[in-house]
Amino acid sequence: MVTIRVEGLCANLGRRAVLHDIDATLAPGALIGIIGPNGAGKSTLVRAMLGLIATTRGSVTIDGRAIATLPPRDRARAIAYLPQGQTLHWPLSVERLVALGRLPHLGPMSRIGAADHDAIAAAMARTDVAHLADRIATELSGGERARVMLARALAVGAPGLAVDEPLAALDPGHQIDVMQLLAREAQAGGLVIAVLHDLSMAARYCDRLLLLDRGTLVADGTPDDVLTQDRLRAVYGITSRIDLGATPPLVAPLDRWTAAPDHGE
Amino acid sequence: MRLTHEPPAPRHYALMPLLIAGVVIVAVASLRLGPVTLSLDRLFAVVMGHGDPVATTILLDLRLPRTLIGLLVGAMLGLAGAVLQGYLRNPLAEPSVLGASNAAALGAVAAIYFGVAGWHPAMLPLLSIATGLIALLLLFTLAGRAESALTLILAGIAVSTLAGAGISLALNLSPNPFAAMEIMTWLMGSIENRSIDHVWIVLPCVIVGGALLLIDRRALDALTLGEDGARSLGVDLRRTRTRLLLGVAIGVGGAVSVSGSIGFIGLIVPHLVRPLTDRSPSAILLPSLLGGAILLVAADILVRLIPTTSELKLGVVTAFLGVPIFLLHLLRERRTW
Repeated sequence: MVTIRVEGLCANLGRRAVLHDIDATLAPGALIGIIGPNGAGKSTLVRAMLGLIATTRGSVTIDGRAIATLPPRDRARAIAYLPQGQTLHWPLSVERLVALGRLPHLGPMSRIGAADHDAIAAAMARTDVAHLADRIATELSGGERARVMLARALAVGAPGLAVDEPLAALDPGHQIDVMQLLAREAQAGGLVIAVLHDLSMAARYCDRLLLLDRGTLVADGTPDDVLTQDRLRAVYGITSRIDLGATPPLVAPLDRWTAAPDHGE
Repeated sequence: MRLTHEPPAPRHYALMPLLIAGVVIVAVASLRLGPVTLSLDRLFAVVMGHGDPVATTILLDLRLPRTLIGLLVGAMLGLAGAVLQGYLRNPLAEPSVLGASNAAALGAVAAIYFGVAGWHPAMLPLLSIATGLIALLLLFTLAGRAESALTLILAGIAVSTLAGAGISLALNLSPNPFAAMEIMTWLMGSIENRSIDHVWIVLPCVIVGGALLLIDRRALDALTLGEDGARSLGVDLRRTRTRLLLGVAIGVGGAVSVSGSIGFIGLIVPHLVRPLTDRSPSAILLPSLLGGAILLVAADILVRLIPTTSELKLGVVTAFLGVPIFLLHLLRERRTW
């Protein structure tokens, strides 16, 4: 179980202020989607919550402990992270790559043990990549590689999981698989944070959505509260058809909304 | 499912035993071969303490220091190349990429230029290690607090180029052709006529440098996922970088101070051993260390055996040997890049 608390968080990338005064408490047992247009600060928020970038103001705590003072290995064992468009620098086999997820659990001299092998095998089975175990990860298709990378993050076995655009490059079937997997992870008591662009998927699977616009948290609540036509027009600059009562709920972007230069609600 | 509770299998179980056997073979060959070939019987007699005086002198004063230095320098260059390729995530990285080699060479050149080298045989290596460490300080200042590999490479190029300019200046201002010749000869790299004193200079450098480089092998694996990926796996990149830079400066600086600049070993050895492992950065470290030792000593044996009027330099031979091996290998392995 892991709880992340963000208070008055501001962060810069280079000299540009990217996040302004974000407040949120992310409690376990929920799949929390972070949505917003390109450049809204979604990935930066996730990276700040993981302590991967310095913050200019405000605080991030994990279970009451400030992220900056937490030893890196403890942090790694608390929250696993799948970066956006994860790059892979050496042509490792899929199994070897997934095994990297066990690094936070290994001492400098210890070897991978039985528990580690179980975690690796389980992670590969859950993302449907067990049959690729011996393939070279750099020679897989984009979607296969994305699932292998997700398996790598799952292999950490952390109570928290942060994934940045896990659905990019996946076919519709595997998109559903991945969202179901994340939802199950949350139901089992985990804290799952996912940066998403597909609003229908976000509405369907997320328990809570954080909507970012130009570095500010403009809405925080259930999909019903957050996804309204007015908000999507103001934040994304689109008109949309929203039917959250349907099974599954649908959010269809219709057109670019270009009426006024001032996007007020 | 294929996964069971076995230890992760390297692709070739025999790799390490074969490399260790290779080290023993080249070491014995290096002790035996040269202008005077020593039989195994004579070698054995010297080891047992009742050898003939000629064999004893050749073995203990000439070939033993030379072989030991060859093994140590080669091991250091191979290991440093493997570590830097993993850390910088760049298959073109080699021990000289962060400027340690050039800086150490500059110290040696200064020792020759100002005549300090003549005071004592240890002066040249010691000055060379000192400039290597100064270059490291400069590198830390330039790269600052940034943790990215690219900043470090750029800072390394700056340091390396500055040291290279210093070497050129010494050549430019050298009072006579003989001084320039002496500097050029040293720069080409050789482990000829080294004494046991040199072994005592290079040995601690290689042990300390090698240990610093081997500590972070898991961090190198994590860096396969990039800097964010590595940090999310609990790697403290700043500490990793500090240990790694110190290791390279001390280890490679110490090696270059005794052998001069010997190229290509650190670049090609990791490429040669990588396909025989699971290709993770940590898996190639020890094989590269042994492979570097083998390749350097083998090249040094060739230096002695190839009949030339003026003596062949080790750095020249490693380059001539290394490039064709490297090209052949790259053509075969092209698909993975």
